[in-house]
Parts: sequence; structure tokens; C-alpha cells
Amino acid sequence: MGSSRAPRGIRRRDLLTSTAAAFFVFGAEAALGRTVKGGLPWAPDSVVPPTPVSAVGWYFFTALEGAAVEAICDRLIPPDDGNPGGKQAGCAVFIDRQLIGSYGAAERFYMRPPFATGTPQQGTQTQFSPAEQYRRGLAALDRYCRDGLGGKGFAELPAAEQDKLLAAMEKGEAQFTGVNPREFFELLLQNAMEGFFADPLYGGNRDMAGWKLIGFPGARYDYRDYIGQHNKPFPLPPVALQGRPEWIGR
Amino acid sequence: MARKLPATDVVIVGLGWTGALMAEELTAAGLNVVAIERGPWRDTSTDYPTTIDQDELRFGIRLDLFLRPAQETFTFRNNLNQSALPIRQFGSFLPGNGVGGAGVHWNGQTWRFAATDYKLRSYLTERYGAKFLPEDMTIEDWGVTYDELEPFFDRFEYISGVSGKAGNIKGEKDPAGNIFEDPRQRDYPLPPLDPSYAMTLFDAAAKGLGYHPFPRPGANASRAYTNPLGVTMGPCTYCGFCERFGCGNYSKGTPQTAVLPVLMRRANFEARTLCEVLHINKDAAGERATGVTYVDAHGEEFEQPADIVLVCAYGLHNVRLLLLSGIGEPYDPATGQGTVGRNYAYQSSSGARLFFEDKRFNPFIGSGVLGQSMDDFNGDNFDHAAHGFVGGAGISCASTHGRPIASSGTRAPGAGRWGMSWKSQVASTYQNTTGISGQGSVYSYRDCYLDLDPIYKDRFGRPLMRMTFDWHDNERKMTNFIAERCTEIAKAMNPKTVQTNRLSEHYSVVPYQSTHNTGGATMGDNPKTSVVNKYLQSWDLHNVFVVGASAFQHNAGYNPTGTVGALALWAADAIKNRYLKNPGPLVQA
Repeated sequence: MGSSRAPRGIRRRDLLTSTAAAFFVFGAEAALGRTVKGGLPWAPDSVVPPTPVSAVGWYFFTALEGAAVEAICDRLIPPDDGNPGGKQAGCAVFIDRQLIGSYGAAERFYMRPPFATGTPQQGTQTQFSPAEQYRRGLAALDRYCRDGLGGKGFAELPAAEQDKLLAAMEKGEAQFTGVNPREFFELLLQNAMEGFFADPLYGGNRDMAGWKLIGFPGARYDYRDYIGQHNKPFPLPPVALQGRPEWIGR
Repeated sequence: MARKLPATDVVIVGLGWTGALMAEELTAAGLNVVAIERGPWRDTSTDYPTTIDQDELRFGIRLDLFLRPAQETFTFRNNLNQSALPIRQFGSFLPGNGVGGAGVHWNGQTWRFAATDYKLRSYLTERYGAKFLPEDMTIEDWGVTYDELEPFFDRFEYISGVSGKAGNIKGEKDPAGNIFEDPRQRDYPLPPLDPSYAMTLFDAAAKGLGYHPFPRPGANASRAYTNPLGVTMGPCTYCGFCERFGCGNYSKGTPQTAVLPVLMRRANFEARTLCEVLHINKDAAGERATGVTYVDAHGEEFEQPADIVLVCAYGLHNVRLLLLSGIGEPYDPATGQGTVGRNYAYQSSSGARLFFEDKRFNPFIGSGVLGQSMDDFNGDNFDHAAHGFVGGAGISCASTHGRPIASSGTRAPGAGRWGMSWKSQVASTYQNTTGISGQGSVYSYRDCYLDLDPIYKDRFGRPLMRMTFDWHDNERKMTNFIAERCTEIAKAMNPKTVQTNRLSEHYSVVPYQSTHNTGGATMGDNPKTSVVNKYLQSWDLHNVFVVGASAFQHNAGYNPTGTVGALALWAADAIKNRYLKNPGPLVQA
């Protein structure tokens, strides 16, 4: 167990959530170990809402990496007919913010050695955290593009070439140095979809674009008036955990 | 050196459903009870109120409420010839963590295993002959009967607030409920939830084929409800954030909504959170447990002496704790000797996915329980003689949720996983898709078992538990049969396309399937083939009771929690009314 590296000012309970963009440490839990008796414990301010991320700049990616991830997200989820693509919906920002938090650092995962190659049924055996997988994967992708595809980075390639390369990664056919292209593709696809459909406070799904596309009403929680209205369109617009933009006063 | 604490009457390992139910019973009987829970305290208003609960990323994808593999995981291999490797990220099943355990984030589906399940080997042998069963199938009788458990099923259903419709009250059958169920003393405490559109289509198609569909029962309150302990629950709002989530509406039966408000007021109960039990301690003669040793979040070790030890963690963790404590003989698949770890089983799934063109299923309107089921092909409700397999599945069309990240992978036939080929169909597929699923039994086999891993360790340096498991031909045949039945019903619902889903070639720990892991500390009337007797009492240490799905000798085509709850209340009753009067083995080996 590591010692606490938690920034000052963050409430210790924040550290218990998987989505907090702070480095989670086991040590932080220590203060919570306790005996509970005499009634249900309750304390004010004990609900931990997630902290909305800033939309500006990169926290994890370099500018070059950020541009590549934006381009990848825009091919995985392309813009069309007024529906934003992955880039405009903020998927790359979402991934960037996830990678500086507990997810990026693999803090929940079992990361003890020895690391061995197993069968597909045994699941991932990577020794690299998601943040490390992005750093290594994006470097390998960039090398592959510059060495083999005319000296340009992924973001500068024409869309058709980008699609071709992503398809080759998906099939495991692109030869990356030191990185399994298929595993990296699966990580990108999973995280891009998360960014497109997660609550907007995490940086993606900007203006609830993903939810509007499919008709998901978001963070509503009471459908008693609608359960009996079979085969009819649901009439209300989506709402996020922070509400709707027009609810927020200026 | 562990610090020795004052002794208590009862120490409970794990404060989930079984721990909370038994603590309530035993504190009411006047015993002093200490529950030791390795996860944090959790409650509705503080940990998953409706202001933060509907967060798919945090709870549904990053799995905020679940056990972290960093804290404890398992190693896995498909067979004895492979090297087991650690499950580094949970996928196929998701063990709980914290007060309430898996009872916080379950769907709520509440079933009773069938009367034939508790005498499965003798029943099937009598009906089909011993040669009908595969040679390596190691199913056993459980030592208990349905009639003995019925009052405890009833009590669990009334404590947890189950909505449903009885199909058999004392032999009187009602086709609005499940006519295949065994007799119950009275109806469920609450009427069924309101059906979704997809459920009505399934219901009509199944009836048209001569089957007997009914609203599936479960602990999502369809009305405001006050349970026998005096705790009030609110009506379910069909929010679609049930499994993997806490319930912000006090509508899902959980230890938090059904038991803890009463239990926590008892002066003779206390809970210790973020404290992990390392092992159960034995006396010098090896006849009794003396208590448990645990480590708190500061890394300090304590010894908690107790007269009775209740092992109430998740079933898999119960088994590991016995192995780490040296209680019972570990099972050896080579010789078939030993019992701890024997008869590990799981849940099989197969079915059909239906793609329509002009529907509005509004999949986001749902609840964990909401579904229409039929038991025509479950257990031994149909004659297996012509089929060459045993077991079966409950078949359901459910409306549990329409969460978008999880739904993004559902694609119309021919669509890609990304790009325009994916995006152009995602909206239509989201509204036009439903499924029919068969939740199938998995019977136990000689080579499916649990033991301690020789290589991988947890954060305390203790061995992880190793799982050796794969599907067997009996389950492959059974699930193929179920997949075909599901496909027939699906076609009768007139979709544009039907996809048939079959069992994977080999069991994989990667895609989510079911958190219904069973066995390993099984119950029975023979100490050579069971770890605990019919009262869940250890054959080896009479003051240790091991409670949970770890006691199942096989897994049936039902969600396990109803049976787990009944067994916990049954064991608590045995402690109160039999064991305390005369502490010692309740069954002579």
C-alpha cells in the first residue's frame, strides 16, 4: 500500500470514487475504518458528486497525441447530418481526463506479477495501465504512420486512409512495434464509446449529443407515468446530472 | 501480533444479505453480534441518492460499488492442463464489496429453487436411471427439503418486498403466476410491476405457442411497502439504474432498505467496516473455532474471539476463507477426495435477439426485475428422456435498462462496430431491439472446482483462489435446446430479424455473464461430499456456519438470491432453536 499522495483540499471520500480525477490511494481509506453502532450513521455533506472536468486543454496528452485521439474518435464515431462526431462531442477530452485519474492509473486492477501470456478466455494480462497503454500505443501508431504512410501523423491522413488503418488495427494486421494493435484498438473503441455516451460532466457527450442521437433521456429517474405508454415516443428531452444548459442561470 | 478484543457471542464475516439477515435474527434472540466487513459503510442517502445515482460511467462501467481486483481477485483456467492466470479486471462476474454486499447492486430477481433441486441426484437417478447422467457429473442431494425451507423463502420474500404473482398457493394453481412453481403458503407481498411493451409481445407469442408466461418475481417494490421488520420502502420508478447501481428510491430490497435500519438500532449489534478477516481461528483440539483474526485499514491486526462464527461473505470468498483457515479437507480432482472447493458451478446463458423496424421499446424504462418469464423448460419441468441432457433454463423477455454505453455494442445484423456502418443504425437499433434469454442451470463436475493458487498472492501475501471451470457437453446440449425454443418464440413475435445466441465454445472470464457463482462449500448429508450439513454447519467445527451460494451443490436455472436468503434464515433458525440449547454437531456424521 502506498502512502497518501492526495492533493490537499480534496475530501477523503472523493478518493473512494473510481471516476474522481485524482490519484486514488488505499491509504486514504484508512481514516474511514471504524466501528458503527447505535443507529444508522449519517453526516452532512457525505454525498460525493463527481467533479465536472474542464473542457480546455490537454492534461495527459501531448498536442500531437491529442490531435491523433481526436482524429481517431472522429472516425470511430463520424460526424453526419448535423450529428456531431466523436471529436466535436468531446470524446478525446473525456479520454484525456480519464487517463489522469484512477482509471488511467489502473488503481482498481490487479497489477501484481508475474505477467504471462494467457488464453483469450483468461482476459487481459497486460502489465501496462490504461495511461501507459495510450502513451505506448499512440507512439507506435505515430511511428507506423510516419515510417510507412508518407511521413504524416495519423491526424493528417485522409479519412479513407485513417479508416483503413483502424480496420487493420482491429483485425490485428497493422504491425506496430512493441504494442498489440488489436488490444489498443479495443481500448480506443471502448473509451470513445464511453466518452460519447457518459454523462457530459466527464468531458464527452457534449450537449448530450450521444443521448440525443439515440433518444436516451439521461439522468431521469421516474418513468411511472410512461411505463404504460407502449410503443409511443418518449416526450421529454434528455437531462444530465447537472441538469440542462438552459436551467443554469447566468 | 494481533490485539485480542473482548469476546462476543457471534462474529459474522461480511455484512451483506446473509450477514444482515442472520444478525437481525440472532440479535433479536438476545445474542451479542459483531459483523466484520472489509468494504466501506454504504447507505442510500449518502452513497447513491438520485442526485448522483444515474451515472453509468461511475457505477456501471468503472464499477464503483464493486470489489476491486487490486484488493482481491481470483486466478482462472479452463482446465487442469492450463496454468491459471489472475483475473486482472472483473468481467464475467462482479463480486460486491462494502456493507450490503452484492445485495446493494443486484437486480432483485427473487426465485425459489425447485423442490427437485434439493434432491437432484436421487431424483434424476430415479426418473431417468443412473446411466442417464454423465459419469463425471458430481451433483448431490443437499440434505434439506423444499418443505423445510418454504417458511424461510416466505420470510425472505416478505422482508425484501417481492413483487410478483403466485402460481401455486398450497396446490391451488393460477395461470397468472408460475404454474410450475412448488406450493407456497401465500401470495407475494406485492403485486407485479407494470409490464413493458416488449413483455406484452413476448407474453402473447409464448401463450400462442402453448407456454405459460408470467411476470417474473423480485424485490423491486411495485407499491409503497412496510416489511415485517417495520421498514418502509418506496415504489419503483422504472429508472433503469438497478443492477450495478444502488437504488436511490428505497425501492429495491437490499440490506440497507430492508434490514439495517432496524438492526443498527440494536444495542447488541455492531459493525466494523474496512476490516478484512484474514482467517478463522481454531482451538488446539481442532474441534471448535475460537473466533477470527482481522486487519483494519491501518494494517493493525485484531483477534475477535466468539462462540459462534458465521461465514457470510460472497460464496467464493467463503470458500477461500475456509481454505486459508485450514478448515475441512481441500478437494482434489485427481482422487475425488476432499470437499472444500468441490462442485463449483456457474450459470449458462443462451437465447435470441430480436430486431424490429417500427417499434418504440423505450428501453431506458425498466427495472432489474421487470420481465416476463416462463418455466416450461426449466429444471425438470419437461421430460428429458428424449433429449439426452438434464437441466434447463428460465426463459425471459426483460426490460432491465437502456443504458447507452452498455447498449452501444448492440448492433443490427450486418452493422459494423464503428464508423458510419455503426452510427447509421445505432438510433434505430436502440429503439427496435429486444431479447429473449434463457438463464440456464450448470450442474457440477469432477473437474470444476476451487483451490488455492500456487503462484499469485493478494495484498497481504495470501494465495488467491484458483478457479478451474469450463462448460460441459450436457450444458452445451441443454443451452442449444433452449436457444432454439427462444428463437421459435422470437419468430412468433414477428421481428424483421432474429439472431440466435448460443453458449460460447469455452467459458471466458471476459464478457459479463452472471454473478451467480455457486458451490465450493456445499451442503449435504454426507461429510465426504459436503462441507456443511443441512443447517449450514461445518462438519469439522460445529460452531462455524458457512452461509451463501457456496452451499449449492449445483446451480439451477434461477437467480440464487431467493434461495440464499432462505438458507440464511433457515440456518439462523437452527442456531436459535437447536444449536444454542445444545451446542455441538446438529447432525451426526
